[in-house]
Amino acid sequence: MTAVDATAGGSDPYRLGHDQESPTRQRTLGHADRGLVSKRIVTAFGFWIFLLSDIIMFSAFFAAYAVLVGETAGGPSGRELFNLNNVGIETAALLLSSFTVGLAGIGARAQSGSWFYGAMTATFILGAVFLSIELREFASMIARGAGPTRSAFLSAFFTLVGCHGLHITVGLLWLLTIMAQVLAKGYRADILRRILCFGLFWHALDIIWVGIFTVVYLMGVAL
Amino acid sequence: MFGKLSWAAIPFDQPIPLIAGSIVIFVVLAVIAWIVLSGHLPYLWREWVTSVDHKRIGVMYVLLGLVMLLRGFIDAIMMRSQQAFAYRTPGYLPPEHYDQIFSAHGTIMIFFGAMPLVIGLMNFVVPLQLGVRDVAFPTLNSVGFWLTATGALLVNLSLVIGEFSRAGWLPYPPLSELTYSPGVGVDYYLWALEISGVGTLLAGINLITTILKLHAPGMTYMRMPMFCWTALASNLLIVAAFPILTATLTMLVLDRYFGFHFFTNEAGGNMMMFVNLIWAWGHPEVYILVLPAFGVFSEVVSTFSRRPLFGYRSMVAATMAICIISFTVWLHHFFTMGGGADVNAMFGIASMIIAVPTGVKIFNWLFTMYGGRIVYSTPMLWAIGFMVTFVIGGMTGVLLAMPPADFVLHESLFLVAHFHNVIIGSVLFGAFAGYAYWFPKAFGFRLHEGLGKAAFWLTLVGFYVVFVPLYIAGLSGMTRRLQHFDVAAWRPWILIAAIGILIMACAAACQIAQLVVSIRQREALRDQTGDPWNGRSLEWATPSPPPAFNFAVLPNVRGEEAYWGMKQRALEQAKLGEEPAYVDIEMPRNSPTGFVCAFFATFMGFALIWHIWWMVGLAALGAYATFVVFAWRDKDEYIIPAETVARIDRVNRSARNAVLARHEGAP
Amino acid sequence: MNTPEQPQQSRFGALLHAAPFGNLNGSADNLEPLRCPRVLNARTARCAVFLAPLLLTACQVVVLDPKGPVGLANKTILIDSLAIMLVIVLPTLVATLAFAWWFRTSNARAFYLPEWAYSGRIEMIVWSIPLMVIMLLGGVAWIGSHDLDPAKPLASTTPALEVQAVSLDWKWLFIYPSQGVASVNRLVVPAGAPIHFSLTSASVMNAFFVPQLGSMIATMNGMTTQLNLQADAPGTFHGLSSQFSGDGFSDMHFDVLALPAEQFTAWIEATRKTGPILTPETYTALTRQSVNIRPFTFRAVTAGLFQQIITRQLPPGPGPEAGRPNPSVSPRTEK
Repeated sequence: MTAVDATAGGSDPYRLGHDQESPTRQRTLGHADRGLVSKRIVTAFGFWIFLLSDIIMFSAFFAAYAVLVGETAGGPSGRELFNLNNVGIETAALLLSSFTVGLAGIGARAQSGSWFYGAMTATFILGAVFLSIELREFASMIARGAGPTRSAFLSAFFTLVGCHGLHITVGLLWLLTIMAQVLAKGYRADILRRILCFGLFWHALDIIWVGIFTVVYLMGVAL
Repeated sequence: MFGKLSWAAIPFDQPIPLIAGSIVIFVVLAVIAWIVLSGHLPYLWREWVTSVDHKRIGVMYVLLGLVMLLRGFIDAIMMRSQQAFAYRTPGYLPPEHYDQIFSAHGTIMIFFGAMPLVIGLMNFVVPLQLGVRDVAFPTLNSVGFWLTATGALLVNLSLVIGEFSRAGWLPYPPLSELTYSPGVGVDYYLWALEISGVGTLLAGINLITTILKLHAPGMTYMRMPMFCWTALASNLLIVAAFPILTATLTMLVLDRYFGFHFFTNEAGGNMMMFVNLIWAWGHPEVYILVLPAFGVFSEVVSTFSRRPLFGYRSMVAATMAICIISFTVWLHHFFTMGGGADVNAMFGIASMIIAVPTGVKIFNWLFTMYGGRIVYSTPMLWAIGFMVTFVIGGMTGVLLAMPPADFVLHESLFLVAHFHNVIIGSVLFGAFAGYAYWFPKAFGFRLHEGLGKAAFWLTLVGFYVVFVPLYIAGLSGMTRRLQHFDVAAWRPWILIAAIGILIMACAAACQIAQLVVSIRQREALRDQTGDPWNGRSLEWATPSPPPAFNFAVLPNVRGEEAYWGMKQRALEQAKLGEEPAYVDIEMPRNSPTGFVCAFFATFMGFALIWHIWWMVGLAALGAYATFVVFAWRDKDEYIIPAETVARIDRVNRSARNAVLARHEGAP
Repeated sequence: MNTPEQPQQSRFGALLHAAPFGNLNGSADNLEPLRCPRVLNARTARCAVFLAPLLLTACQVVVLDPKGPVGLANKTILIDSLAIMLVIVLPTLVATLAFAWWFRTSNARAFYLPEWAYSGRIEMIVWSIPLMVIMLLGGVAWIGSHDLDPAKPLASTTPALEVQAVSLDWKWLFIYPSQGVASVNRLVVPAGAPIHFSLTSASVMNAFFVPQLGSMIATMNGMTTQLNLQADAPGTFHGLSSQFSGDGFSDMHFDVLALPAEQFTAWIEATRKTGPILTPETYTALTRQSVNIRPFTFRAVTAGLFQQIITRQLPPGPGPEAGRPNPSVSPRTEK
């Protein structure tokens, strides 16, 4: 398809050293020369930017936790509250679920129902296991009088870990919605893009969890 | 059943908000009635409310910004007049009301005046300058706009139902905690900003992806117009900074709603942490506002000096340097909180360093004017006014960045004068310059020049008459946010400032009159070719207003100042390039998702403020359902057939051919 | 050089203000109100340009007319930073207006450079000159911040007077721990002696500020901030809070009376004779929200009261207790 020509008036007014006609130059213009990039790349890129913004939000909660970790106001500290066994199971569940969500992505691209639905179901179950352990932990802490209103440390703990848990919950809801969509509409291009985004989201939550269990649980108990 | 809400929340016993609210409600209802009765509702719904076209959304953002600018300005008039009256008397605004007014003034001006104005300009212009058809995520663009509108609506609702925050535009705890602000005011503030913050984040993600991933063929990064670079830097700041605001306001929400202890006096809360976090967002925020304004001025100064922008590469480097350094200076907002000499000195020095790339930009604009043939159209007047005003304001800023100087000027009217100096000088002047510059592109006719110039001069003079006395009052020891005072030495300055605000009110009247008169005289002011200013970048290659698809065929960019090159060749050859081979164009379909989502967000915000829990749940469900419905649709694009594209483009080509024929032979 | 009689002066001040500019130590020998444009030559000219319109109000621009060594040092740094920046800013402003005027389209004599968009030499200059100025200012910032750190004690032969300041809603409480008295909304200090403040807040964030004496500092509940000031000569100064703290904020100002040493001692004696006693109970009553309190004094103070306030043994003040229709919708301060 022909295009409208747009040569600059002067040859190189900003002295950027452009040799307009060199074939090497044309090749190295990359996607800009070939026209617009694919929707898949655009969507994934945009979602990455969103994930980076989400990680910055978590950073603010991490910073608040770091500032307030010593403010136990005479109440219990991490060492007295955290059960590393539970944390271990949560971590294993989440790491495994990252693997299964990867399988689900491969299954979707291969348009294989058994792999896709199976892996997504496994991801859901593992995520639900994580969530239930975390909710039980929260409930028991509150029952012991170590709820978020007890001290600034506990406020920061519940908010940081709870925010992650909220993201997992939203993720599980999203997971079910995607499974319903694939059931209804098959492996359409836009649905595949959404599965890609969901996978990125789930992996990012896993990375954040690594940060949480290091900074909150391991450092809280060991230091 | 309705939480804290009751009839007593409506200010029947307070004449000022009652009358103001009644007038606003009446005007709004009258406008809606006119729209419905004259049959414009289907058009409005189809072409604007559900539009995902970046140009329409950009116009709506700017409209929202201008209306809220007016509302914030009325707050400013009330503040200046209250202080003018209240020397040794209580004035006409009791403290409870005055405190709401200055809190609302700051909140509205920053979040619902300036932000929509710059985001609107970026939305409208950036895809056109990049030579593409729309932003990366058109429906998310619509969602972002409508969520911002929701925030504005909630803030304005507080005028008539309940009250607004009395803790300032950044609500420092413990004042903003439940103990000292048990009312609904701070909650209105928090939810309005949480909701509109999501909208702003969506705009940021959208524009970054657009600028980095969607270009016309041949448009490399170093061939982008300067406005696109500053838009990129501004949106990078949005994506990096707004999550901090969201997190910090969420912490305050948790304190107020669930009894958490992030910032309370008791149980280990740390109020200094709020100050740090909020300014870690707050300083990048002002650069989010300023950078697009700098971009506007790059375009305007270059076009109206009839020269290319001087030092493009340097400008790009300076812009990205400002972007990065803006994250390292936040402590200069609270030198007096007692951080110690080392900390204060380091942040003071960092704040001064940011003046270097800013100064480089000023010099580059200066050298763009050098050797030019300057046309004093309204946008150029705003640019020259900016260069003078912003430099003075920047100077007082570096002065305040010196900790010992700040120790005697912090929170005084000197500070108030400084930040108004820089914000009005750059953001407001830039918004008005961009508004005047791109208005013909958006609507097909120019704005009335005489009224535009009058508005400029009145704004410029009025600004100095308001704020130079405030600088002096600050040096006389007057602190900010005083509802009344009894120091005689401050009085003359406050009175002069009140006169200044009247001058600025005349300027506002001129701006409004300009719009009305221009619409009335639009045929005489018609922009025939789409290039009324002899522009240099690609948006001027399109007709005014551009068709939905922007460009019939995406331009193939071979050099800097893409459109200028096209034009020079056409003028040399005394004819346009060949007619391209037209093809079908796929455009995104309109969607009510944004509007419906914002509808549910409004109810959710309102219900959260008034503790109506069942409504919160319902609204959240509604929002989720909206997204599922959107995700479920099968057709998200529609085709514009090649014949339609050809027909529209041929009109544009014949208009430009006519101009060429008139200028045959002349350079 | 710091002789015992000279109050604290910043190292930077000593560097820049050697003999040719005369004695800038803010010594107590000039109390005439119109002495704003202080010394000689270039500084007079600079001051006169800025301050000419201020003569209208008999030079009540108190930040530029300090009455203590801290305020003087603040002002010196302020003026000097301004002067350094004006070296760049004034030519820039002139050039802006000059270029805008000379290169207008109707000026046939102006040259036209339609393509010129790059000059390495100009780039070098526009990056390096601001950089060098900022390096100079950075040095001023480093030295000035350390010299004028509010917590840094003032050099003096007179021992410092200890004052403990508490900001409440909406008044100021000043405790004199060594003298065992306290004062509300009025601060009485001996002239010529350094004062060391320990500050805190009973409720929300405030800031203690006496513009004519110099630096301000924030006050926060549960924490102590430090400030050192001195009034060189007897006089009355205006003091206020500069951090917005609620509906009664505008009334949160106080008088600072600097008295000669003997009169200060006499004031202390007189205060010990009459008035209520500041105990935990009377303090708690004082923390309730109220506005426009006339100054009064306490004749005695419970020992360690300030410590109790800082450690929150005495809890922070309560918030508003009335409202329309109730405090949870629209709180009101009981007047």
